[in-house]
Amino acid sequence: MGLGPFGRIPRRGLLRAGAVLAGAAFGMERSAAGEQDGEGAPSTGHGMAGRHGQNRVVGTVDADRNGFDPMEFLTEFDTGVVTTDPDGRQVREWTITAVDREVEIAPGVFFPAWTYNGRIPGPTLRCTEGERLRIRFLNAGSHPHTMHFHGIHSARMDGVPGAGEIGPGEAFTYEFAAEPYGCHLYHCHSIPLKRHIHKGLYGAFIVDPDPDRHPLSREDAAARKLGTPQNADWQELVMVMNGFDTNFDDENEFYAVNTIPFAYFDRPIRIDRSRPVRIYLINITEFDPINSLHVHANFFDYYDHGTTLTPTHRRIDTVMQCQAQRGIVELSFANHEPGLYMFHAHQTEFAELGWMSHFEVV
Amino acid sequence: MVRFVWLALPLLILAAIVAYVLGARPLDRIGAAAPPVEQVVVEGTRLRPGVIELGIRADGSQPVAIAQVQVDGAYRAFDLMPAGPVGRLDGARVTVPYPWVEGEAHHIVLVTSTGATFEHTVEVAQATPGLDAGSLWRLAVVGLLLGVAPVATGMLAFPAMRGLSAGTFDFLLALTVGLLAYLFLDTLSEGLEAGSAALERLRGQTAVWVAAALTALALFVAGRWRGAAPQGAALAGFIALGIGLHNLGEGLAVGGALSAGAGALATFLVVGFIIHNVTEGIGIAAPLVRAKPPLSLFVLLAGLAGLPAVAGVWAGTQAPGPYWLALCFGVGAGAIFQVMVEVTALTVRKGGFAALGGLNYAGGVAAGLLIMYATALLV
Repeated sequence: MGLGPFGRIPRRGLLRAGAVLAGAAFGMERSAAGEQDGEGAPSTGHGMAGRHGQNRVVGTVDADRNGFDPMEFLTEFDTGVVTTDPDGRQVREWTITAVDREVEIAPGVFFPAWTYNGRIPGPTLRCTEGERLRIRFLNAGSHPHTMHFHGIHSARMDGVPGAGEIGPGEAFTYEFAAEPYGCHLYHCHSIPLKRHIHKGLYGAFIVDPDPDRHPLSREDAAARKLGTPQNADWQELVMVMNGFDTNFDDENEFYAVNTIPFAYFDRPIRIDRSRPVRIYLINITEFDPINSLHVHANFFDYYDHGTTLTPTHRRIDTVMQCQAQRGIVELSFANHEPGLYMFHAHQTEFAELGWMSHFEVV
Repeated sequence: MVRFVWLALPLLILAAIVAYVLGARPLDRIGAAAPPVEQVVVEGTRLRPGVIELGIRADGSQPVAIAQVQVDGAYRAFDLMPAGPVGRLDGARVTVPYPWVEGEAHHIVLVTSTGATFEHTVEVAQATPGLDAGSLWRLAVVGLLLGVAPVATGMLAFPAMRGLSAGTFDFLLALTVGLLAYLFLDTLSEGLEAGSAALERLRGQTAVWVAAALTALALFVAGRWRGAAPQGAALAGFIALGIGLHNLGEGLAVGGALSAGAGALATFLVVGFIIHNVTEGIGIAAPLVRAKPPLSLFVLLAGLAGLPAVAGVWAGTQAPGPYWLALCFGVGAGAIFQVMVEVTALTVRKGGFAALGGLNYAGGVAAGLLIMYATALLV
């Protein structure tokens, strides 16, 4: 007798398959979910059961307990305290504290995080090119930490082991000029690096161009600079693409922009279509080589690293970033009919694990 | 009175120690920052059109909260019954609406509140067979083909066995021991495998040994109730019982394959087991060679050895949890062990311990092991 196509399957394996492939314990009951045509799972309370096709997380994150809300994070810019030094130069100062904190990174899932100021991502630091920056850094955590800025600074201010790394209970002040203008980030550079980053120590660092330094593109620079009339028209959003490895196996269980998976899916980001949209997009996802943004039904201009005033990519609808790569996305919904427009990572794996969102264009 | 105090004192001290450990929590200082230990096993999967249902069991230092559920790397809406954290050793049912695809594999990940993950794979998705009369009958036919038919077929060799010489009869008994030894090892390893899939704290593998030992002891006592070792019809009955419990395991395998969507594989398994089990019929009939058994005894023995396969097929399609499977295999192994010893005792009674060293006995055992192993390769 021949062994046939299944001949190589060991019988013992089959016995186990027998053990796990059914469940007498269930008896003949029918679950509530089945009787409601697959819509039996707990409702989000937003009346959007059909939109997600059941691909979602169950429940909601307690933003009050976390102390930060992904919806507010989009437009929260920490501009620090501004003074003028004796030479007449503008000085901008922040105080940032590293703290250990348990964060609800998805509904009902609690992650033992390391944070800047108790939040993930840390505060979005925003300044203007040429300013003197002073960041007073306190370590209230349980491990050594640093703040390593992606920008131009001296070796002493690099925020790496041996230059600006501080132990628990210590303090350090980083000082450097804000350059170059663009969309940047900061993160902890202590060893082991992967662990320090994915535990939550990162944030956005935005340096606006100074219109006076760009006479040939003064209007474009002014449109970027926070507080100018040209900038006031823009709807600016910060999106930090991140992930969480909750079981510490060097693979992410959850993906998101701004920490909370599907946060902008059930609560879409409201867009006034009469005004242009600017997204500061940063990828800090650990473990995966790249992340990406794809916007539905629209095309955008992209400024890689935000260090130019003319786009580095024009009319694209998908952009990919390696870890720590970032850029500025500019798009308009002026000619679109109102409605929900998806945007998400076009690694569908990431999208289905949380990095899936909506714009609600009105 | 004094004796009572000495009995009560250890109990009081024990209670005091437990109260101290639970109340003053002296161990907390040792593992103060340690996260809770969590364990979740999926004991069973049921597939209905558009719905995957998992039966789970939890263990750990505190109740386990199932926070989210992934199917094929995507978070899914799900329903947990009963709602809320699952207590230690408690069970729950996770219902996930999901358009599963017939014949394909699906991977499920349960994420707990601490971020720990527990994975489960549905190897080949197929709707779980129902328990209506039609299905039960079709499955029963499979069990009859698997268990009763081959055992009864093997017994047909009985008239031929009657004319054999004393030496050949001893060889036949030794052959029976060999085939029982094979079934013992096989049943035991299946049990240990199932036991390893159970929750750690249930100690599934140890449970297999305990169940085997208790079964063997109970059957020894039952067999020698009247002071003498079982022989003839009684011994045949014990062999049939042991083999029947083993065939229950074979039924579980076939039932599992059917519910796993491997219909072709199940056919293949049945053919293999039929050939394999014919030898069992010879083994059961061997102690009867010197007696004049009525036909009804053969019917009874064939039923005892073969019918458990029907129950096995039924249960296999609805698979009980790995812990119960492990216990079941343990009982089977214990029953087989008892008859191995009793058949060997028969040989010793007739030829003394020297008979065990004889070529006839050793050759018979070896032949039994080899025949069973060779026919098992067909499965």
